[in-house]
Amino acid sequence: MHTRSTTWSLLLAGAVVFAFSAACWGQVTQYDEDQRMNMESHIGKLTGHAKDGKPLYQRFCIGCHGPIGDGEGENAQWIDPKPRNFTLGIFKCRSTPTGTLPTDEDLYNTIGRGLVSSNMPRWFPLTDQDRADLIAYVKHFSPRFVKEKPGPVLEIPPEPPVTAERVQSGQQVFKRVECWKCHGVEGRANGPSSDTLTDDFNRPIKPFNFHDETRFKCGETDRDLYRIFMTGLDSTPMPSFGDNIKPDEAWDLVMYLRSLQPMNTPEKAIAKKLGLKPINPNAPAAQSETK
Amino acid sequence: MPSFAQSKFAGALLAVCLVLGLAPSAFGIPAFARKYGLPCSACHEAWPKLNVFGQTFKDNGYQLMNDRDSPIWQNPSYWPVAFRNTPNWHRESINKVAVDVASGAAEQKVNSHGFDLSGMDILSGGTLYNNISFLLVPSMENTGEFGLESAWVRFDNLLKSPWVNFKFGKFELDNIISEKRIMNLSNVGGAYQLYHFAPIGDSNAFGQMGDNQLGMEWLGHSKDDRSRVSAALLSSNDGSVNLPNANSYAGFFTASQAFDTGKLGVDRFGAYAMVGQAPTYSLTSLGNPFLAVGNKNFSREGVFGLFYLKKLDFSLFFQHGSDNPYLGLGLASNQALPAGAQSPSWNGGFVETHYTVNPQFIFIQRDEFIRMSKQALPSMPSSLGNLDAYTFSFRWYPIMFSRAGFAIEPEYSLMRQQGVAPISGSSLSSSSAFLGFDFDF
Repeated sequence: MHTRSTTWSLLLAGAVVFAFSAACWGQVTQYDEDQRMNMESHIGKLTGHAKDGKPLYQRFCIGCHGPIGDGEGENAQWIDPKPRNFTLGIFKCRSTPTGTLPTDEDLYNTIGRGLVSSNMPRWFPLTDQDRADLIAYVKHFSPRFVKEKPGPVLEIPPEPPVTAERVQSGQQVFKRVECWKCHGVEGRANGPSSDTLTDDFNRPIKPFNFHDETRFKCGETDRDLYRIFMTGLDSTPMPSFGDNIKPDEAWDLVMYLRSLQPMNTPEKAIAKKLGLKPINPNAPAAQSETK
Repeated sequence: MPSFAQSKFAGALLAVCLVLGLAPSAFGIPAFARKYGLPCSACHEAWPKLNVFGQTFKDNGYQLMNDRDSPIWQNPSYWPVAFRNTPNWHRESINKVAVDVASGAAEQKVNSHGFDLSGMDILSGGTLYNNISFLLVPSMENTGEFGLESAWVRFDNLLKSPWVNFKFGKFELDNIISEKRIMNLSNVGGAYQLYHFAPIGDSNAFGQMGDNQLGMEWLGHSKDDRSRVSAALLSSNDGSVNLPNANSYAGFFTASQAFDTGKLGVDRFGAYAMVGQAPTYSLTSLGNPFLAVGNKNFSREGVFGLFYLKKLDFSLFFQHGSDNPYLGLGLASNQALPAGAQSPSWNGGFVETHYTVNPQFIFIQRDEFIRMSKQALPSMPSSLGNLDAYTFSFRWYPIMFSRAGFAIEPEYSLMRQQGVAPISGSSLSSSSAFLGFDFDF
């Protein structure tokens, strides 16, 4: 009898402690989030405020990203790729090194540009101020934006003129850093690893097919393309090549990749003139891929 | 020969019928929300009124432009169809109706009220492929009469430019302040009077900006949709199908520019013109009319604006209208005009105010006026046909997500028109009290 009453007492005490802790945790969490409602964003001369972004988020974003920004909105189950979980503070499109927070401008540009081949539309019809306010509110979901600063912005040197040598050199970079393993030797998203790729949440993910698409997830200009492989796409298998590719080589790679895309670019004309053939991963590095 | 009073009443009745018969076939299409997984509020200030993002989506040919617009991306079970209906209770009141009495006829106030249904819209729209969009709206009146409210296909972003879009079929005119997205549903308040106005005695039924029309339209807009311009060539048959009905055409032109006003919102200014010809009489065969002829000119032109002050916004609309004297007098053009006949003209406008508490609650108020500036005959009373209308309502959306829409709308509307009482020729007032359950799924 005595043992039974002790057990019950312990269970009761445990339950009380658990309930109290949960309540405290909830209050602390709520308190933290309330504190973060003072979050601001700064884009040029614009200052965004989280409290002003809240009604905008509820109008435009909540269906996918969810009321607490965890990417579990009511539509998330129907969407592929899945909506971003803002509470983690991890973003694909950054001008900052991999693993660091993006700048406010990075997030601002993402909202305005949308994410091609996803359900994230371009929100640029909204006012600049609305987008700045939305950024502040998106940031408030993650404590990372309180504790950390964005990483240093990648410096992109001026784009050099397009030459045949650079397009050929870019192809060698494509081969050397093994872009082909995922993107395929022709950039058709059919590399040997392409079928096994998953993101950080273990969800299958496909590499970019350069022959099908003109726009990238994180932009459409040459500078955007440069930035993408130099900073990587966090939470995806696309790593940062900032440590492996020199700035000059990076421009070469941009030019080669442009020659693969379905637009009439100078790079494409050069590749055609050169008769540039797909790389042979097994060939020695110095071997030319031209006819 | 009908008396002048009877003509006036017939004219007023025609105007009321035009307005009442045009139970708004408004567009708020949950099929789009289901397709893209966006809540209604993403495109609608409060549905069916579009916000700046929704207007851009519409102008892009129902595309988000994220490479997921073609139906090939949709689950095969996706069905691009939505339905809309509004069960309601309403009370209609007209202060002067000619009622038969022992001594002949007398004017009497008539009230009627009861439970009712709106018509039903079947809204099917979206993309057939990247940059080919469509809208098909079979619409059923509450009496069971069926028709095609809209039926068009559009080629979008031709030459890879948002400035080159062509639409063919039966479509809503490119009105930024669209009657198809009016927030009110009552008999009196459910239409913009100016979009259907014609002077008393006027036979022109074709200058109606509120009706969907048959024709083709070019629309161009900037990438962010801040600048818009469109031109449409229309058959002057008020959307009636089957040839021959009339060999006349009209054009509808509009241009507008929007401005980013920071925290206040996106404001827009614009101008429009609807000019064309309308027939004045019909050729007959064995006594049956078969082709409307005797075309005469008409025009409607004006300016509009959308002004946002955060949650408060104003839609402003002004119009100057004019009809050829033959149209104004309802006279066949092969007859002689009476002495002094002139083109009737008028000026009018409305201010519609919205206060959007949140995407699920909006107050709506509208003041509208029309003043005749010139009658078809100088002998006609100068104020004949002048019109004032007021509407107040709110819409509450108990739910707001990406699968369906539901709104509860109480509304009160009042309209007064000068000189059209059936016997006394004094002003005629009509009012609607309305409680509707507006659902869309």
